[in-house]
Amino acid sequence: MSKERIKIAPEFFDIMPPEYQDLVNRATYGKEDRGWKDIGSAKELIEEHSLCAGCPESMAFRYILASLPNPEDTVMVGSTGCTSLVFPHVAVHNIHSLFGNQNAIASGLKRALTVRFPGRIKDVVVLAGDGATVDIGLDMTLQAWFRQEKFTTICFDNELYANTGGQESGLMQKGFVAKMAPVGKMFEKVRLPEIARESGCHYVVNCTVSKPSVVEKVIRNAVHVAREIGPTYLQLYTPCILEIGKNSMEGLQEMRDSEKPTERFAYKEYISEPAKQLLAEIAAKEKEKKAAAKEQLAAQA
Amino acid sequence: MNPYRVMPGPEHFLPPAAASMGIRLPNPGEGHINGVIVPEEKAYEEAARQFLMAKVPTIFPGPLVLWAWNEKAAKKATAIRHLYETLKECVTPQQHAMLIPMPDYRPKYPKINPEIEINPNHPNLTIWHNKIDCCMFVGVHCHQANLSLKIIRGGTSCYTIAMCAQAGHEDAMLSFRDASVEKIMKLAEWVRKLKGTVQVSQVVSKSGSSN
Repeated sequence: MSKERIKIAPEFFDIMPPEYQDLVNRATYGKEDRGWKDIGSAKELIEEHSLCAGCPESMAFRYILASLPNPEDTVMVGSTGCTSLVFPHVAVHNIHSLFGNQNAIASGLKRALTVRFPGRIKDVVVLAGDGATVDIGLDMTLQAWFRQEKFTTICFDNELYANTGGQESGLMQKGFVAKMAPVGKMFEKVRLPEIARESGCHYVVNCTVSKPSVVEKVIRNAVHVAREIGPTYLQLYTPCILEIGKNSMEGLQEMRDSEKPTERFAYKEYISEPAKQLLAEIAAKEKEKKAAAKEQLAAQA
Repeated sequence: MNPYRVMPGPEHFLPPAAASMGIRLPNPGEGHINGVIVPEEKAYEEAARQFLMAKVPTIFPGPLVLWAWNEKAAKKATAIRHLYETLKECVTPQQHAMLIPMPDYRPKYPKINPEIEINPNHPNLTIWHNKIDCCMFVGVHCHQANLSLKIIRGGTSCYTIAMCAQAGHEDAMLSFRDASVEKIMKLAEWVRKLKGTVQVSQVVSKSGSSN
């Protein structure tokens, strides 16, 4: 279905730049079991990015795009930050919203898409930094959850305003000294995952992006739950290596250190009862599908 | 005071929107040349003449026709390719007709490849690089076309033609409106009709179409 819609007019195929030909021929649109393992072997949905070398956010972005279950029918709503430098290279519809407004924009968008395309699944995914999600946009974030808007909110938590030089954010850890916050954070990191749970989110995960398989799983779960049940929230630690004084190669270790059981990004998951039921149904269907495929293979052999 | 006319540039860094200078859009069955409303037939003739006069006549198809997103778009793509093939047949060996796509509107950085594509945010790069002196936009969303046409008028001496599917473009030097397969084919007919009757422009500019 999807490849039918993303098609170059045959008369112009020869003049199209090669990246578009590749995208149409070898991207994973329409592939049901797409995932992070496609990175490197199939055409990725990010042509290139302009983030810093070794930036964990760029890794996270790749994993997310590789894991979206329905990229051709997904609209991502972003906010100003390093990710906005990548969105022009992303082969998924996206809207760059006014800073902090992303969840309000996504609410209207999701409703409009539901009315405009009643028979088609349309996913909306918000991707914003911690400043947009928790500080300036907290009102919009919470109100969308209170209203049970059916979309996923992903917060790239780098624990400060990295893009503007290192100011303190609500998600910064207590006592942290940043370039533009020299006295150190005076109060605790805002516990947004807990707030999300209490505000009505049906699927909430707090983790790092050190393990692509985990990112894939939580993205798929979050999108499926948001599609069928209600709001979902993912808080992913994507440290800004520049602002915390690390080198390009140290991002991964920083995430591993931060996800230890006693640390602030220890894997934390909350799933509501209806979401649990839905995910169990999806898992059962996938199991059935795999069993059928196995049987088919055996019969062929 | 002389009325404002939409002429080949380079006008200056930020040329005014032609609409703000009193240029109005044609009604159905009309076109405009340099901001003066003319019958559509005259616009066909002038567009064909400009194509045949140019050293590097170029068609810039945009996303609305490059991507086969519906049947109408696919038909228009066939017509545009036909126009390009006709143009190639009708120009002299000294001329070089080109077909360069505008696949999407994303600002591309660190750079685009101006040999193979045009971007609405810096169309002048493609025009300068290929020394394009006459171009036609087709299948480009109006807002992006207006942006490009203004940038081209501001920084190059390229003659711009808009084959617009809506109400036309004041910022082009020549504009059609309500573009359809038939209109594109008719322009191809006019190019064929005027073949051999038009002298190729002898104007030499320092860097292609820019002065």
